[in-house]
Amino acid sequence: MTSQQNTSSQGHFPAGGRAFPHRDLVSIGALQTHEILFLLEEAEQWVHLNRQPSKHSDALAGLTIINAFFENSTRTLLSFEIAGKRLGADVVNMHAAQSSVKKGETLIDTAVTLNAMRADAIVIRHGSSGAVGLIAGKVDCPVLNAGDGQHEHPTQALLDTLALRHKLRERGEASSDGMMTGMVVTICGDILHSRVARSNILCLQALGASVRLCAPPALMPAGVEAMGVEVFHHFEDALSGSDVVMMLRLQNERMDGQYIPSPREYRHLYGLNQQRLALARPDAIVMHPGPMNRGVEIESDVADMPDRSIITQQVEMGVAIRMACLDVLTRKARKIPGWGEGEWV
Amino acid sequence: MKQQAPIAITGGRLVTPAGVVESTLRLAEGRIASVGASLEDGDEVVDARGQLVAPGLVDLGVFAIDKPAFHFGGITRAALMPDQSPPLDFPSRVRFAAQSGKPDFWVHPLAGATVGLAGSQLAEIALMRDGGARAIATGRSWIADSGVMLRLLQYAAMLDMVVVSHAEDGGLAGKAVATAGEMATRLGLPSAPAEAEALAVARDIDLAELAGARLHLRQVTTARALELVRQAKARGVAVTAGVTPAHFMLSDLALAEFRTFARMSPPLRPEEDRQAVIAAIGDGTIDVVSSGHDPRGPEDKRLPFADAAPGMAGAETLLAMVLTLVRDGVIDMERAFALVAANPAAILGVDAGVIREGAEADIAVVDPERPWVVDSRKMEAQAGNTPFDRQPAQGRVTALWKGGVAIAL
Repeated sequence: MTSQQNTSSQGHFPAGGRAFPHRDLVSIGALQTHEILFLLEEAEQWVHLNRQPSKHSDALAGLTIINAFFENSTRTLLSFEIAGKRLGADVVNMHAAQSSVKKGETLIDTAVTLNAMRADAIVIRHGSSGAVGLIAGKVDCPVLNAGDGQHEHPTQALLDTLALRHKLRERGEASSDGMMTGMVVTICGDILHSRVARSNILCLQALGASVRLCAPPALMPAGVEAMGVEVFHHFEDALSGSDVVMMLRLQNERMDGQYIPSPREYRHLYGLNQQRLALARPDAIVMHPGPMNRGVEIESDVADMPDRSIITQQVEMGVAIRMACLDVLTRKARKIPGWGEGEWV
Repeated sequence: MKQQAPIAITGGRLVTPAGVVESTLRLAEGRIASVGASLEDGDEVVDARGQLVAPGLVDLGVFAIDKPAFHFGGITRAALMPDQSPPLDFPSRVRFAAQSGKPDFWVHPLAGATVGLAGSQLAEIALMRDGGARAIATGRSWIADSGVMLRLLQYAAMLDMVVVSHAEDGGLAGKAVATAGEMATRLGLPSAPAEAEALAVARDIDLAELAGARLHLRQVTTARALELVRQAKARGVAVTAGVTPAHFMLSDLALAEFRTFARMSPPLRPEEDRQAVIAAIGDGTIDVVSSGHDPRGPEDKRLPFADAAPGMAGAETLLAMVLTLVRDGVIDMERAFALVAANPAAILGVDAGVIREGAEADIAVVDPERPWVVDSRKMEAQAGNTPFDRQPAQGRVTALWKGGVAIAL
């Protein structure tokens, strides 16, 4: 089914499927900078649509999207579900907690089963790093990674970048080429267990930003300097000169043993409050991928600062980015001109 | 099956402890009858056509008895790890395992050090020895309790048995599936610092020294731990060290794309450690190279990386990978066969692994140059989980005798 879509990104990017020559979205690491920019650009039309009273497109009408979540999720699942529905697709959610996974079926067999049901796209979250890539190799339709273990969460990084770009644009500080060259972004929190951090490092660096990581040593992955980031253990040092502060929560459910003495002590050293935020650049932007633990990694008065915190905008952009990813990845199957089989490879 | 007639292998290059010599080898009544003597009437003559005539390989520390794979790799004896189901921690199981390969393959069971390999209660080691166990092994995991380890080593010293240890500090290693560093961080895999090995090696060496026991560290894979072994050997501790080809052929870069065939225990290490392993093979710090043969089917390997079982089917590629070290000038041919045959045989105390008059006639004829391509789909092993899939290799066994009886390859 062809659709009358806004094609605002045409002209700035390679034509047709060459703009995004991937069947799946498994990792930011697999993307080129211009491909990231393309997805961000494509999301703009959906940001616009989502702000209209009627938020419906029929771009994906007739398509079936399966959200297969092998790990609990509320916001990401909801965001993908809304994205699919606003595009007119039939969206089905599979919760692993109630599925045959509990009956001993292997991941591959589950994937083959979903494939046999002729899904047009499968969105997967799984607790093991690499699991989504493994499934992607066994099914015939596009696979979108909604988070795999501690590896990547690509749509989160894209939505974070989109939210940041919108805030900068609002302030008249956005670069015309869409890049974030020279910006300093500090990511503070449980980096070790965070797929959000890994995807964001890759995404922000691809767009020219420099990334600082801050965490106690036990929550900082070994050798992360090799990814081109600056490593800090004292939050105050990391904040100095930062344009953006992205806070992560403690992923207690992933911790195998004790990594910090107590949440209270963590807050004492790493909680973002007004005094600490004042150490960053004036007007520094505050981000958090959620869910927030108010009073642990972030104080309420910081989280709710209207001109500084873009935490709710991140959620808004999440829907738009996921619409863009679903749209782009299903173009080949929908035979959009320039995206069809053999048209560009 | 007994050897029927004497066999004379002519035209070969014999790999003897003293060097490679062009000579005739005679096998009679299951033993090596003579090295360098001339043919006798009634000899069945085999022309080796310039190939190497070497001792059959002795594979110290395998997880499955997989005869076709062992025979393909020129392996005539293997020491079986106690990590079986049920574990080899009981005399009757050891006795059964000791008979399980005969006549054309000999299994030397390693007695499980502790009941259920749980690391707390000593198993009946002397009874297992009398049932055929050639050494004691801690299994896949470390004995965390230093008191238990000391008592084990003291007991082993009294029985004059070697303790084969898996040296990886359990507290640090935890649920790790990779070595801490850039690769594990990029992939988001649970990881442990390489020092987990050095800590365990240091403790095991100290306790072995205290107990006066013989210790074999089945796999030493890091620069720091190898240095500890080197120092211990220099001061006369009875410690030997082994490794499998994965750790000198591959670094943790092989984990890319979450390839579960590269999931090993201990995990693959960064390149500096791989180089340290090669250096340690060259300078004699490492005594044994074994296959760690552990065939694993798709139900164990076609999983997300951290959920997959560790281990590789290594029997078929063991010799070819060791021969790369000869071609690279790290070691000479005599030493290659010391690593895969003579040294492991000596540790197990079996009369094999060397070409010497009177030794068991376990002989492999090897074409060290013959090229082939490792193909996981066409392996002899029970499963094709090899990290060397589709790699070119050189060196193939072309004929094999166990106790003077030819084995069809």
